[in-house]
Amino acid sequence: MLARLATAALVGLTAHPVEVEVDIGRGLPAVTVVGLGGTAVLEARDRLRAAFGNTGYEWPDRRITVSLPPADLPKQGSGFDLPIAIGMLAASGSVPPAALEGLWAIGELGLGGDVRPVRGVLPAALAARRSSARLLVVPQANLAEAALVPDLRVAGAGSLGQVVEWLVGRGDLDRPGRPPAPPVPPVEDLADIRGQRQARRALEIAAAGAHNLLLTGPPGAGKTMLARRLPGLLPPLERDEALEVTQVFSAAGLLGPGAGLIGVRPFRAPHHAISVPGLVGGGQLPRPGEVSLAHQGVLFLDELPEFSRAACEALRQPLEEGEVTVSRAMTSVRFPARFALVAAANPCPCGHLGDSRFVCRCSLHDLHRYASRLSGPLLDRIDLYVQSQRLTADELTGAADAEPTAPVRARALAARALQRSRQGAENGRLPSADVASRCQVLPAARRTLSAAVDRLGLSARGFHRALRVARTIADLAGSDRVEDEHVREALSLRHLPIIGDRETQLL
Amino acid sequence: MPTKHPADRGELGRRGEALACARLTAAGLRIVARNWRCQTGEIDVVAEGPGLLVFCEVKTRRGDGYGTPAAAVDAAKQAQLRRLAGAYLRATPHRPCRVRFDVVAVVWPRRGQPRVEHLTGVL
Repeated sequence: MLARLATAALVGLTAHPVEVEVDIGRGLPAVTVVGLGGTAVLEARDRLRAAFGNTGYEWPDRRITVSLPPADLPKQGSGFDLPIAIGMLAASGSVPPAALEGLWAIGELGLGGDVRPVRGVLPAALAARRSSARLLVVPQANLAEAALVPDLRVAGAGSLGQVVEWLVGRGDLDRPGRPPAPPVPPVEDLADIRGQRQARRALEIAAAGAHNLLLTGPPGAGKTMLARRLPGLLPPLERDEALEVTQVFSAAGLLGPGAGLIGVRPFRAPHHAISVPGLVGGGQLPRPGEVSLAHQGVLFLDELPEFSRAACEALRQPLEEGEVTVSRAMTSVRFPARFALVAAANPCPCGHLGDSRFVCRCSLHDLHRYASRLSGPLLDRIDLYVQSQRLTADELTGAADAEPTAPVRARALAARALQRSRQGAENGRLPSADVASRCQVLPAARRTLSAAVDRLGLSARGFHRALRVARTIADLAGSDRVEDEHVREALSLRHLPIIGDRETQLL
Repeated sequence: MPTKHPADRGELGRRGEALACARLTAAGLRIVARNWRCQTGEIDVVAEGPGLLVFCEVKTRRGDGYGTPAAAVDAAKQAQLRRLAGAYLRATPHRPCRVRFDVVAVVWPRRGQPRVEHLTGVL
């Protein structure tokens, strides 16, 4: 007898509809799974046999053929267990086949018959809605996630037994409750940071104009602490942005059990030993990497010069296009990757260059090698270079009177609103060609810029970046025009202390 | 005590084969050979019907504890049955006919009646 239902196969962030056909026919007892199933799919046979035994259902000792059309779409993962089990029960006559009409299911089976969470349930739910599924059955732990999709009936299952009782009309599945309020983690507040006047200002400008930021400074000066404060300065996540972020985490399998919508901007700080696939995504059937996990949030690269050159080069596409393409033999997928980049670096290998109280022991050769590790194309995408300073004893022990996050964020949001109404995008994401036309630069400011081009050897690219930052500073001040002081401040935020000659080269 | 149950395993297999032959005969087949041997091994039962030659593997078990008897006919056993059929066809004069592979599974608990299941055309 033949039974049919549906499930979904995850490719990148998108789930594709997959039929599950189970036929139980004459022949020697055997289970055949056809349709490009990966290892975990083929292993379903053994999990299912144990789950049936331990739940008290008779294993059909006949020839069982499972087909997963479309046959040319590669399928991976353990989410096929539950639909195959339901199909087998229907094909063997244990549950009425009519109950499978329009039914979608996804979930892994434990040997005891328990239904375990899988990754990619949110994309699967979106696919089910596109295909007008009657009902999607998901693992209990994924129910909140599946319930995020409007206009789709979903139900959660804790065990195979529960599913069967429901199919024969004796029991019921778990229905989604009210969506749990997204947990609001304590926002790390700017008030915690002492001193660092210029770095705080740079954070505000970065948040206001979506500019990328490089912090340099001696070890322990607070670079990481500063970077962690950036997500709190960004606007709240819109509903569709939050859905995108949740989709990425679901596909990566990083959504905790019972978790629903991710309501806060992610902050990702990968270690500098990270591989290229770990950073941009990879695998035979690719999973999202750190750049996509930082989508709509902040990507913090501490010790930037320690990252491999290949890793830095791989950041170019996401930084320019806001997404990343991962191509593998079996498939090629795109992941969203629009993030604010904050990088941090020591000024030199020993960390003491430019520090008045310690002597830098690095040789000139060391310094050159260290500076050359900073990828030029990557630095090209960074608008703000700021030095964080070692704190003085007074700053360290004195009263904490720094401005907290709330007012800074309010200013940044207001500046963003100005940019959106003027040009539809943040200044940091404005193409170079549009920068000059969008920035109304006053004559005095223009003269300062010209002087910078002449005296500092500012390149065309450096000129545009300075202008972009000046525009954001003007927006923060609520000014239509870019004035002289805005340009001067922008130029002061282009200080790259690593090595003198390197600096002029970059400018 | 007088028992209908075969005592040792060899005896169990022979009794199972006898039951299987009875089942095949009941299905309208004529038994041609039992325990036909060659270098490669042994075919439990060869039977024939109109225009049809049936090679039959008989599997007898006390119970399902180690899997059903039919499940014991694994890929290696199936390949062996094919090879043996080829050897039989080469060694024996016969009219051209269709060939079918059957399995007769017998479960014969220590206490109780044997259950016989006839699976046709399994290869």
